[in-house]
Amino acid sequence: MNRHMQYLAAQAAAGKLSRRDFLGKAAALGFTAVSANLLLSTAAKAAGPQKGGTIRLGLQGGSTTDSLDPALVTNTVGLMVTRLWGETLVELADDGGIEGKLAESYEASADAKTWTFKLRSGVTYSNGQNVTADDVVKTMERHSGEDTKSGALGIMRGIKDVRADGDSVVFELDSPNADLPYLLADYHLIIQPNGGNDDPAAPIGTGPYIIKSADMGVRFVAEKNPNYWGDLGNADTVEIIVINDDTARVAALQSGQVDVIDRVPPRTAKLVDRAPNITVHSTSAAGHYVFIMHCNTAPFDNNDVRMALKYGINRQEMVDKILNGYGTVGNDTPINASYPMYTELEQRQFDPDKAMHHLKKSGHDGTILLRTSDNSFPGAPDASALFQQSLNSAGIKLDVKREPNDGYWSEVWNAKPFCTSYWGGRPTQDQMFTTAYLSTADWNDTRFNNEQFDQILVAARGELDVAKRTQMYADMSTILRDEGGLICPMFNDFVEATTDKVDGFVEGIPGQVLMNGYAASKLWVKA
Amino acid sequence: MSPIVKLLAQRIALSLLLLLLISIVIFAGTIVLPGDVAQSILGQSATPEALANLRAELGVNDPPVQRYFAWLFGAMQGDLGTALTSGQDIAQALSSRFWNTLFLAFWAAVVAVPLAIFLGLLAVRFKDRWPDKMISAVTLASISIPEFLIGYVLMYFIAVKLRWFPSVAMVNDNMGLFEKLNAIALPIAVLTLVVLAHMMRMTRAAILNVMQSAYIETAELKGLNAFQVIYRHAFPNAIAPIVNVVMLNLAYLVVGVVVIEVVFVYPGMGQYLVDHVSKRDVPVVQACGLIFAAVYIGLNMIADIVAILSNPRLRHPK
Repeated sequence: MNRHMQYLAAQAAAGKLSRRDFLGKAAALGFTAVSANLLLSTAAKAAGPQKGGTIRLGLQGGSTTDSLDPALVTNTVGLMVTRLWGETLVELADDGGIEGKLAESYEASADAKTWTFKLRSGVTYSNGQNVTADDVVKTMERHSGEDTKSGALGIMRGIKDVRADGDSVVFELDSPNADLPYLLADYHLIIQPNGGNDDPAAPIGTGPYIIKSADMGVRFVAEKNPNYWGDLGNADTVEIIVINDDTARVAALQSGQVDVIDRVPPRTAKLVDRAPNITVHSTSAAGHYVFIMHCNTAPFDNNDVRMALKYGINRQEMVDKILNGYGTVGNDTPINASYPMYTELEQRQFDPDKAMHHLKKSGHDGTILLRTSDNSFPGAPDASALFQQSLNSAGIKLDVKREPNDGYWSEVWNAKPFCTSYWGGRPTQDQMFTTAYLSTADWNDTRFNNEQFDQILVAARGELDVAKRTQMYADMSTILRDEGGLICPMFNDFVEATTDKVDGFVEGIPGQVLMNGYAASKLWVKA
Repeated sequence: MSPIVKLLAQRIALSLLLLLLISIVIFAGTIVLPGDVAQSILGQSATPEALANLRAELGVNDPPVQRYFAWLFGAMQGDLGTALTSGQDIAQALSSRFWNTLFLAFWAAVVAVPLAIFLGLLAVRFKDRWPDKMISAVTLASISIPEFLIGYVLMYFIAVKLRWFPSVAMVNDNMGLFEKLNAIALPIAVLTLVVLAHMMRMTRAAILNVMQSAYIETAELKGLNAFQVIYRHAFPNAIAPIVNVVMLNLAYLVVGVVVIEVVFVYPGMGQYLVDHVSKRDVPVVQACGLIFAAVYIGLNMIADIVAILSNPRLRHPK
């Protein structure tokens, strides 16, 4: 039977059997969907990537106001385009570890305060220049300078000094940080000639592709870089088309105008998957949809009010109705299983009695005002209505106020005491906590101020013993879950789709959307 | 000065004044919107330092009146300024978008205007019989359905199911004319359906109105044949209202197709404007608003002038 399965998998991988038929036959033979999928992806890999052809991606999130400057990238289109032409020093590996890109290897001093990255030799930019350690230093300086607008500024703060040392680059940190390689894998930190100081928006890098035409918010065309050092890049040409409208994006995939799309709306994902030539891929990720309370503003300064609201939310219902099942329940911490040193905490359940108990204990009386908008996360007004209903069954009155999309991030989020929002997640716990839960964080959008939490966070950075660090992060998550201002009902999956013209999609790769942004260079066009 | 030249000069001067007033309205509108440009550019991931740096660089700390006049004098000299967000020259960035918009509007008009007038004449010819009723029913139904819905329906049947035309109307400079026309076939179809009813009904009403006049009867009694009656007597008197509604619809084809551009991913001015509105990029919004207003006013002015020239009573005012 096993040999028969392998035969079927090979047939499916070669495109002679549709994936759906294969899974159906596998189920008939008693294989679970997971093991059958695994077998299929192994067989597909064995068949091997094919070179040549054109891969076309229809992506959401681009705008005419975008820039090619990697420092200013804020959306999926920018990420995918940057990944084509540029590279970082190191990158998040498929197993959640770190792999070298422009840096061949790296090492830390025993106190994790000095890090040395040895550059790969003989790598050239698409303009023919050699990559030098000086370029790396200049790049880091550009992203951390006083007047920078870089999206990576926040993570560059702890770096005291960067200097070239032969073909190596040495980073000196203010305080120990065992996670530095994860920080340097940030997609803004593309190494550019002279650090990009001459022309930041010139797409000259070391990536597997060279940008041939770039029409911001409309269309990008890239061709294979003939001098690329690595083995990325299967198709000869990559075309990225910006399709912001959900229905139009799905229609473009169904009509065969594009081969890959991102953000399949969860509501219609199952319908889309039913088409014979389309496969929907779902990858659990660190992104989460949240309700955030300011811990320093009445009535949310009372932990019993916060606990009442946390017990009054029905997480499973949210996953089922808002994400249509494409996601997992949250546990009022921003951390889930996609993080490297994750410990599962006891899951908080919807419990109207406990909610009522905490509300009585708090002595709070009257309604609570929640602000929401469509762009705080997809389906936020609906989620707010569900929250209102579930709280109602605990006798808590919630008023939902719909705010305009325009100006939500400047007028409501991080300004009003209770609102809906989302977080994209970060590659490590340290980064997530430092970004939003450290008492001094710029984006401390829950106004969380906990001395013990801050202390553990700083201590964990210098802790190189993984077991001890894992315990520290578990303790921090527990503090957040029981005292924080974050109500996290759900983690949303990345839901993406491909046609049967392309192959090589692997679900579950950690990091960013679309195989950590590498779908364009890792997928291949079937011959 | 002959009265007609004076009349035309008045029209043009009024149009320019209107344009100036509109530029003030647009500017005021962008000022009262919530949020600021720096926050919009950097989005949720904005640090206070990055925000302050960007604000200073963009010059949004100057008083609004000063910014408005600086822009106005630039625009008069053909300099629309640079986009706050991307630093690009607006006139340059806009020109390709504007040509795309005109390209789509032009071909939609080429299909829609003759079709509407033909259907209008057909409806007159078969007045109150089934062709008239059917034409009215179909065109009124298509104008009543929201355009994005017509877009989705056509997309589903023609692009996804039948695969006759692409659902993504992406055009670029490397494409030949026929490739481009193939790409924009669906948006043209939707736009045609949307503007058809208005023009068709007006043609029908205008011609019917004229055909019932006493002088048409006189012309017939004089022994003129049907062609001469229409050409010499009916057409000159029906042309003003028809041109008026055609111009209104042409203006709509240029300035009102944002939804269609988004649905069919067409790189026209609408999408460009919307992106910049959401980033509070005032110079671009102003420039787009001004161009849209100019198109609207210009086409209406043409309609007025045609009406004046075609009507002896307006041509020779007492």
